[in-house]
Amino acid sequence: MEQVKNKVIDEFANKDYEFGFTTDIEMELAPKGLNEDIVRYISDKKGEPQWMLDYRLKAYRYWLTMKMPNWSHLKIPKIDYQDLSYFAAPKDMPKYESLDEVDPELIKTFNKLGIPLEEQKRLTGIAVDAVFDSVSVKTTFQETLKELDIIFCSMSDAIKEHPDLVKKYIGSVVPHTDNYYAALNAAVFSDGSFCYIPKGVRCPVELSTYFRINTAGTGQFERTLIVADDDSYVSYLEGCTAPQRDENQLHAAVVEIIAENNSEVKYSTVQNWYPGNKEGKGGIYNFVTKRAICKGNGSKVSWTQVETGSAITWKYPSTILKGDDSIAEFYSVAVTNNHQQADTGSKMIHLGKNSKSTIVSKGISIGQSQNTYRGMVKFGKNAHNSRNHSQCDSLLMGDRCGAHTYPYIKVENNTGIVEHEATTSKIADDQLNYLKQRGLDEEQAVSLLVNGYAKEVLKQLPMEFAAEATKLLSISMEGSVG
Amino acid sequence: MKLIEIKNLHVNIDDKEILKGFDLDINRGEVHAIMGPNGTGKSTLASALVGKPDYEVTAGKVIFKGKDLLEMEIEERALEGLFLAFQYPVEIPGVSMINFMKTVVDARRKHNNEDPISPVDFLNLVKKSSKLVGINDKMKGRAVNEGFSGGEKKKNEIFQMAMLQPDLAILDELDSGLDIDSLKHVAEAINKLRNKNNAFLIITHYQRLLDYIVPDYVHIMNDGKIVKSGGKELAMELESMGYDDIMSKN
Repeated sequence: MEQVKNKVIDEFANKDYEFGFTTDIEMELAPKGLNEDIVRYISDKKGEPQWMLDYRLKAYRYWLTMKMPNWSHLKIPKIDYQDLSYFAAPKDMPKYESLDEVDPELIKTFNKLGIPLEEQKRLTGIAVDAVFDSVSVKTTFQETLKELDIIFCSMSDAIKEHPDLVKKYIGSVVPHTDNYYAALNAAVFSDGSFCYIPKGVRCPVELSTYFRINTAGTGQFERTLIVADDDSYVSYLEGCTAPQRDENQLHAAVVEIIAENNSEVKYSTVQNWYPGNKEGKGGIYNFVTKRAICKGNGSKVSWTQVETGSAITWKYPSTILKGDDSIAEFYSVAVTNNHQQADTGSKMIHLGKNSKSTIVSKGISIGQSQNTYRGMVKFGKNAHNSRNHSQCDSLLMGDRCGAHTYPYIKVENNTGIVEHEATTSKIADDQLNYLKQRGLDEEQAVSLLVNGYAKEVLKQLPMEFAAEATKLLSISMEGSVG
Repeated sequence: MKLIEIKNLHVNIDDKEILKGFDLDINRGEVHAIMGPNGTGKSTLASALVGKPDYEVTAGKVIFKGKDLLEMEIEERALEGLFLAFQYPVEIPGVSMINFMKTVVDARRKHNNEDPISPVDFLNLVKKSSKLVGINDKMKGRAVNEGFSGGEKKKNEIFQMAMLQPDLAILDELDSGLDIDSLKHVAEAINKLRNKNNAFLIITHYQRLLDYIVPDYVHIMNDGKIVKSGGKELAMELESMGYDDIMSKN
C-alpha cells in the first residue's frame, strides 16, 4: 500500500515544468556585480530624473548596512550578490506602439505563456502589462483606460509621466528601510507596473501584469505600485514564469497598494516561477515584499495567491488597516513539491476602529518539500471592536514533507476578537479508493481532492485566473456545468 | 457468457485468511443476495472484487465480462462496469456533487472513446437520476457526502449508480442507516434500474431489504465461503430459523 501511495505522490510530484523554455532574443545586460555605479547605470539606462536616482542611492547605501534575514523556516544557500546582473533588457526596444513592432520571438513567448497580448484577446477583458526580464514590453487596452483617466503603465513611464503621483506614494507602504530585499529592490528595481484609479472610477477590466525572467545570470526586481483613490475599484492580476535553469535566480519584487476612502483593491497572484528540478537544482528564489494599506475609512484590500512555483518562497502579503471600518482579506494556496521551500503567510495590522480581517491559508506539501505558514495579527491601541479570523490548513501528501504553522497574535486593545483555527490533514486512502471505485485514476482522484481542499481560495480568483490556477494545480475544472 | 465467474477465491487481510474458497457465478439479469452472520467475509468479498488495496488474493480467479478482473486496477474494474455502493461512503470536502459526477461520467466516456458529455445531456441525466432516487436539489449542491445523514449517504450511492448504469452493482449493507421509508424508496429505485442486461449482488445481514428487492438467488455465507444456496424462500427460512439453525441443518 505504501508503495502504491508513494507512486501516486511521485507521479503527481514529478510533473514537468511547462514553462521552462527560453527565448532567443538579443539582450542588453548590465555587467555583473552591485555597486553605486550599477545603480547609476540602471537609472541612466532608464532615463530617470535625479530624484529617482537619489532614492535608489539612498536605498543602496542603506542596504549595505543590512543583513539577510534568517528568522524564516528556510534553508537559503548563500547568495553572492556580486555574481548577479541587475539589469537585462531586450536590445533596441525603446517603445512599442503596436504589436507589429515587437520582436516576433517575444510575441511567440507570450503566446506560449497564454498571455492575452493580441488584439483579439481584448475580448477577454484584461489589460496586460508584460514585464520581460526587466523591461515592460507592452501595455494593452490603453485607449479604454484613458477614457476613464485610469493610469496603467510601466513603472518607468510612470516615473517620467506621473512623477508627482509616484513621488507621493512610492516607498510609502514599503519603505526602503523595511527589510533587506525591499532595500535591494528600491536600489536596483528595473521596471514594474504602475496603476492609478481616479476618484469614483470602477475599473471595468482586470488589470494584469505578467512577469517573465528569461536571461541567465540575472535577477529580477520589479516594483508595482497601485493607488486606488476615493470610492474607486480595481482588480489586479499578476502571473509569473521563468525558464528552466540549473542555477538559482533571484526575484525580489516589491508591491505597494494604497486604498483611499471607500475604495477596493483586489490583488490576485498565480505564481509559477520555475521551482527547480526534482533533485532540487535550480529554481527561482522568490523573496517578495507585498504590502497594502487600507488608508482611508471603509476601504478594502483583498489578496489572493496561488503559489506553486519557486525553489524558495519568502513572501507575506500584508495589510495595514489604518482606516476605520476597513476590511482586509488574504486567501492563499501554497503548493510545495520535490525540494521546494515556502515560508509564506500574511500580516494584518489593525489600527483603525471596527476593522476586519480574514486569513485563509491552505498549504499543500508534497515530496520532500517544506511548507510554512507564518502570520501576524496585530490590534493596535485604537483598533476598537476589530475582528480577525484566521484559518490555516495544511495538507500533507506522503511522509517525507513538512508543514509548519507560526501564528503570531499581538493585541493591545481588549475590545477586539481574534480567532485562529488550524488543521493538518492527509489525503486519506479511503477517499482515494472511493473516487477510484467510481472510475477515476490516481491523478484525477488526487486532483479532485486537492481542488476540493483549496476551493475556498480558488473561488476568490477572477474567472480568467481561476482556470489557469486550477490547471496549474493540475486540477480538472470545477463546474463547467451548474 | 456469464457476467462474472468467481472461482475458489481466497483473500487475506494482514495475513489472515478471510475468504476461503468462495465460488459464485452471476448472469446478466439476475439479482443475488448474500447473507450471513457478522464476520463471515461478506464485506471482504465486496472489497476484494472492486480491488481495494490491502485485500490480498492468494488463490482463485475472477472473470468479469470475459476478462481477468484480478489483473485490473481498482479504477479499471469500475470503468469495465463494476460498481460498489459502499457500506460507509466517505466524505469528499469541497468537491461538489455536480463536479464529481461530471468528472466521473466523463472518465467513463473517455474510457469508451466518447467525447465528454454535453452540459444539457448531463443535466438531464442528473435530473432523471435524482428524481428516481429521491435526491433533492440541496443535496446536489453540496460537497460529496459532506454533512449528509447516514440515509442521505446511502441514497447518494444509489444516485451515483443510477448515473453510471453499471453492469454489476454490489450493494454492501445498503439498509444500514436507512429508515423504513427511505429504504422503500431506494428499493423502488433499484427495482426500476433492474433490467436484463445488468445484475446486482446484494450483501445484507437482515432479510428486511429483500422484502423490497426480491432476489433470484439467496446464498448463505459462513467462514469465508457459501454454505447454502437457494431461491428467495431461503431468506424467509433464515428469518424464521436464524443462522445457527439453518447452518447446523447442513
